[in-house]
Amino acid sequence: MKVFVCVKNVPDTAANIRVVGENSFDESIKFLINPYDEYAIEEAARLVEKEGGEVVLVTVGKESAIKTVRSALALGSHRAILVTTDKQFLDSADTAAILQKVMEDDGPADIIFAGKQAVDSEAMQTAYRLAEGLNIPIASDVTEFSVANDKVSVEREIGGGEREIIEMTMPCVVAASKGLNEPRYPKLPDVMKAKKKEVKQIALADLGLTLTSETKLVTLEQVPDRSGAKIIGGSVSGGVAELVKILREDEKVIS
Amino acid sequence: MTKVAVLIETTDNEVKAANFGVLTAAHGDGHEIYAFLTGADAEGCKAVLGKYGVGAIISIEGDGADLQAKPDLKAKAIIAAMKEYETSVLLALSSSEGRDILARVAASLKVPLATDCLSVDISSSTVRKPYFSGKTIATLKMNGAYFLSAIRPNAVEPAEAPAEAAVISFTAVVGDYDGLVVKEIKQSSSGKVDLSEANVIVSGGRPIGSEENFKILEECADAMGGAVGASRVSVDEGYAPHSIQVGQTGKIVNPRLYIACGISGSVQHFAGMKTSKVIVAINSDKDAPIFNKCDYGIVGDIFEVVPALTAELAK
Ligand SMILES: Cc1cc2nc3c(=O)[nH]c(=O)nc-3n(C[C@H](O)[C@H](O)[C@H](O)COP(=O)(O)OP(=O)(O)OC[C@H]3O[C@@H](n4cnc5c(N)ncnc54)[C@H](O)[C@@H]3O)c2cc1C
Repeated sequence: MKVFVCVKNVPDTAANIRVVGENSFDESIKFLINPYDEYAIEEAARLVEKEGGEVVLVTVGKESAIKTVRSALALGSHRAILVTTDKQFLDSADTAAILQKVMEDDGPADIIFAGKQAVDSEAMQTAYRLAEGLNIPIASDVTEFSVANDKVSVEREIGGGEREIIEMTMPCVVAASKGLNEPRYPKLPDVMKAKKKEVKQIALADLGLTLTSETKLVTLEQVPDRSGAKIIGGSVSGGVAELVKILREDEKVIS
Repeated sequence: MTKVAVLIETTDNEVKAANFGVLTAAHGDGHEIYAFLTGADAEGCKAVLGKYGVGAIISIEGDGADLQAKPDLKAKAIIAAMKEYETSVLLALSSSEGRDILARVAASLKVPLATDCLSVDISSSTVRKPYFSGKTIATLKMNGAYFLSAIRPNAVEPAEAPAEAAVISFTAVVGDYDGLVVKEIKQSSSGKVDLSEANVIVSGGRPIGSEENFKILEECADAMGGAVGASRVSVDEGYAPHSIQVGQTGKIVNPRLYIACGISGSVQHFAGMKTSKVIVAINSDKDAPIFNKCDYGIVGDIFEVVPALTAELAK
């Protein structure tokens, strides 16, 4: 079985984001594997550990993404392809076109895993566009996955805690949500081995693609945190009475 | 004149209240609003959709295909309706259903899509949406043949704009597709308010300590017609299901009132509830970080304060 996993290099969710200029941010912060992609990497690794085959990571990012690619390789993947660009934010359609080209050049896979969204640009659609380009089915927000008789079965969360049970033909794209699995922690020997695994770097320009770039990031604005809370003191009963009065009469958020 | 289509979500043939904000986002000078409806009784939705400015309800069916079980065919049918009624704009709720269908439509038409939008400006094809989980807001300009946007529930304040809605049946020729089939829908404990669309949420963190203890939060939420949420720690410890986790790797919620009970206030938790109108924290530690970034706070033990709050609400 051959499995691709799409992995994005994103800022640590704990990092402060400082906007620079009109539409950039200070990138001298910690970057790591997009959290949702960790579930994708883990599911791919488990599948191949069971069925045999190889897990190939595909990343589109700046050259500095190599660090994240190496750390992802320590989580049960075999090799990686890194397409280098000079931008952190690409249009989802462009990213999908790049992923598709790389995958077609590398040879078809049985399953492609991805995260359901990247935590920086949060566009939530790259996996769909990749599937469309490859003309294969896609399910996103996936919290359970299994394969049997050349069919993939997934559970996908929908509103109100309900879940859809979906069956897909293979190959297909599976975009992971939290709950799909418990990602492993890399052990030191895995980290050492990952350093020697193959990472093929390709410059975006060398792919010969014409990108459409129909979505433009015009501005990025900082959102300030709220200022500190008004602390409601006094006894428990007095405090909750005051709170309810404020919520009903001043804020008018409850009736 | 701009023709705007809005994908309507229903439960049991009723238009979900969360759609009203999306319909309001569709309003504009000379806009003609088309409500796209699948799998629901259009006549029954006429009055409520008219109230929010819908001129035409397009009741979409596949030619024999089960659109609910085959989202790819549903997307195809919606594209056919967009072409038939020449709607250059398609809006939906940024819910799991809305995002899924819009992404399929956008991928198939090869046009831009913005999800989780806080506001849209149809005349300039721009949207405002969070980047970095609410730490920043991005303005995106989209230059495609169609303008597609999924709008965060409760982001746009509903405004009525009464119109007379006509029902039009539309049958799309979609063929068949077996690549992806929804086999079954597993219900959750029924009748619960959907977290992403809830107006009031009471959330519990680590000190809740057990599944049973969530009951005190449920009672408090019930007293306000709200829903219950959880921090990641409560989910990972098994006190609450994944489906109610709020935050970076959970649900994004946008209620009028969010009450965080025994939650420390990590950036990842705020990633999911930062845009709530009013945030209240109940925490026994007066130095808990959450008190620095919410609106009201009560310093105290949740097991005393929450039941007292429930009792006060019942008065
Ligand atoms: C990639 C990533 C993604 C993440 N995604 C999410 C996410 O989606 N959602 C999320 O919530 N977290 C997420 N986290 C985890 C997050 O960083 C925090 O660890 C988590 O939110 C803490 O949960 P908590 O507030 O319940 O627990 P704690 O941080 O342990 O806080 C418990 C609080 O309860 C208070 N307390 C204790 N006893 C009582 C009592 N009896 N009465 C009143 N107050 C009391 C304490 O003072 C403390 O402030 C993520 C982390 C990472 C790295």
